[in-house]
Amino acid sequence: MKSLEELRDLRKKVEKDIAVRKGLNKPKIIIGMGTCGIAAGARDILKTVMEEIDKRDLDLEVTQTGCIGMCEKEPLMDVQLPGKDRITYGNLSKDDVRKIIVNHIINGKVVNDLVIARLEE
Amino acid sequence: MKDSIYRSHILICTGTGCVSSGSKKIKHELQDELADKNLLDEIKIVETGCHGFCEKGPILVIYPEGVFYCQVKQEDVTEIVDEHLLKGRVVERLLFKEPSTEKSIPSYTDIDFYKKQHRIALSNCGKINPESIEEYIANNGYEAAGKALTEMTPEEIIEEVKSSGLRGRGGGGFPTGLKWQFASDSESDKKYVICNADEGDPGAFMDRSILEGDPHKIIEGMIIAGYAIGADEGYVYVRAEYPLAIERLKKAINDAEELGLLGTDIFGSGFNFELHIKKGAGAFVCGEETALMASIEGRRGMPNPRPPYPATKGLWGKPTNINNVETLANIPYIINEGSEMFSSIGTKNSKGTKVFALTGKIKNTGLVEVPMGTTLREVVFDIGGGLTEDKKYKAIQTGGPSGGCIPEDYLDLPIDYDSLIEVGAMMGSGGMVVMDESTCMVDVARFFLTFTQSESCGKCTPCREGTKRMLEILNRICEGEGKQGDIELLEELGEHIKETSLCGLGQTAPNPVLSTIQYFRNEYEAHIYDKKCPAGSCQELASAYKINFDTCVACGQCVKVCPVDAISKGDGKYYIIDEAVCISCGACEKKCPVDAISQG
Repeated sequence: MKSLEELRDLRKKVEKDIAVRKGLNKPKIIIGMGTCGIAAGARDILKTVMEEIDKRDLDLEVTQTGCIGMCEKEPLMDVQLPGKDRITYGNLSKDDVRKIIVNHIINGKVVNDLVIARLEE
Repeated sequence: MKDSIYRSHILICTGTGCVSSGSKKIKHELQDELADKNLLDEIKIVETGCHGFCEKGPILVIYPEGVFYCQVKQEDVTEIVDEHLLKGRVVERLLFKEPSTEKSIPSYTDIDFYKKQHRIALSNCGKINPESIEEYIANNGYEAAGKALTEMTPEEIIEEVKSSGLRGRGGGGFPTGLKWQFASDSESDKKYVICNADEGDPGAFMDRSILEGDPHKIIEGMIIAGYAIGADEGYVYVRAEYPLAIERLKKAINDAEELGLLGTDIFGSGFNFELHIKKGAGAFVCGEETALMASIEGRRGMPNPRPPYPATKGLWGKPTNINNVETLANIPYIINEGSEMFSSIGTKNSKGTKVFALTGKIKNTGLVEVPMGTTLREVVFDIGGGLTEDKKYKAIQTGGPSGGCIPEDYLDLPIDYDSLIEVGAMMGSGGMVVMDESTCMVDVARFFLTFTQSESCGKCTPCREGTKRMLEILNRICEGEGKQGDIELLEELGEHIKETSLCGLGQTAPNPVLSTIQYFRNEYEAHIYDKKCPAGSCQELASAYKINFDTCVACGQCVKVCPVDAISKGDGKYYIIDEAVCISCGACEKKCPVDAISQG
């Protein structure tokens, strides 16, 4: 370690590994992981989310939920920005996920044509 | 480390406490279960240090939700993975139940035990993997060392530590900044920094927990101390009974060396620092600084008269600065957050926080870190959850074998160095044992004196002979052979030993006896004059048990547990205890299903 900058650069690299343990007031993604969700490809959705987070250096909370009864619309993914409504997106493909992350999470704009439900905060 | 990040982290405590309650097995089970369900690249298992709540171990915390599972068993693992990690449903039955309300609490931070705590020294314990230097760095680690070495002069650092008001956490409470100043003022071509991790007080385990759970914090504290006083070499003196602490510290030192955080020209500042571990054989007296240095030098661990103080003539005759583990763990915080921030916590003359090992007849036991000035009542009843079986509080013993017992009248005493000394106890390294009405205070005094007596190194007469004589008197009193004048003799002996002993061990050894005489003289008198132990704990003095014939159902269970065959069948309908044979062990009372047996 030859300078404080070197340490800080290293910190930037390793910080995101433990980001998942810090703070709860982050944008939240909830993925339906009931049997129905998994059968419809929820695992791929989840993997895509994780890849995007990594690629774009996002600080998100990713969690999962069981079946909510809308099995025919799986894979389902909810997005909730702090203090905002919880938006449920359905019938998702990997590309949809990327679109939602860019538009909704990063730019704050709900992707209306993919929305299937809205839960008020 | 794999490339992509994980959606969830399972933090599993692998401190000594949780390992002994089976956390390693749970970890393996988890690993298998995650592999089975193909989740290994989504979910990361992280081994952490101690959460302080060892009583509830093995402990598992799952992020991002921060759900706290306790007393997890191997067979619970499948359910946790299926329910929590796959379906996002919290496993209610494994949550912590607040003893006062019986309510299940999902989140760590909402549990009473943690709510009132303020964690500085323990800030990373249970939150990071102690074997990963990356996780320490990610949590702002080595920032303070970097700042100190590249942006501050040694004088500025000493000034900062001085104005923070930090005092030694090992027991003495000497101002840390001043200690650094003395070592810095001594001129020499070679100086040393020592971390005293020879934690010896029975029941205290904060130093072990910090070394096991956050070893880099100690290394960072030592780098800063070394730079401040001008030392390029350091020793961590840690007892060999702490194998896990030694292992993790070793790894931490290696990792720090590899990254160039130890070695030469650290942060390009031109400052060199190397660190060694010295394993101690576990003698209590080696926690005393002169004895500790003797032990590092390879001599017999015995104290030497001071002055000369280590700051002028220490290890191998060179100026040496010795700080306790917990003291050093506060240094990075002070440098990062500033002395003002640190001194805003605590009381007038005791700044910051203190870690206590809370134990005894109390609902929640474990390691707690609270701001100085927190009252004993808050620690016992809010954090500790009150006494077990809702018995009556009698006293709290602080400071281990050097401390004293504090009765109920002082429950609202704000805890700091000076207030504890005023009531005849002391901070010590932070042991806290809560006692209820069934604890005999004479026996407590005897327990601690037995410890100091056997740990006395024997170099000076007052400690070697004096504690022996005091112990003989206490033994006599507990066995019902006490006689008039014993209390006065104990007081006289105690005062002499305190005044004339060579080191801190002897100077404080009489404290448990003197403070119990001060507050519980009536118990001593009851033992000596009435030949009774009011708490019913001294067996030789306990009166025999009796069976109430009206309640007895003649089930015969008491006969089976009686170790001395004192119980026999009476007139067919009930049993009788032979008082001459009964040793008052109480085994029959505990066994009786109808509460027909009682003492006296």
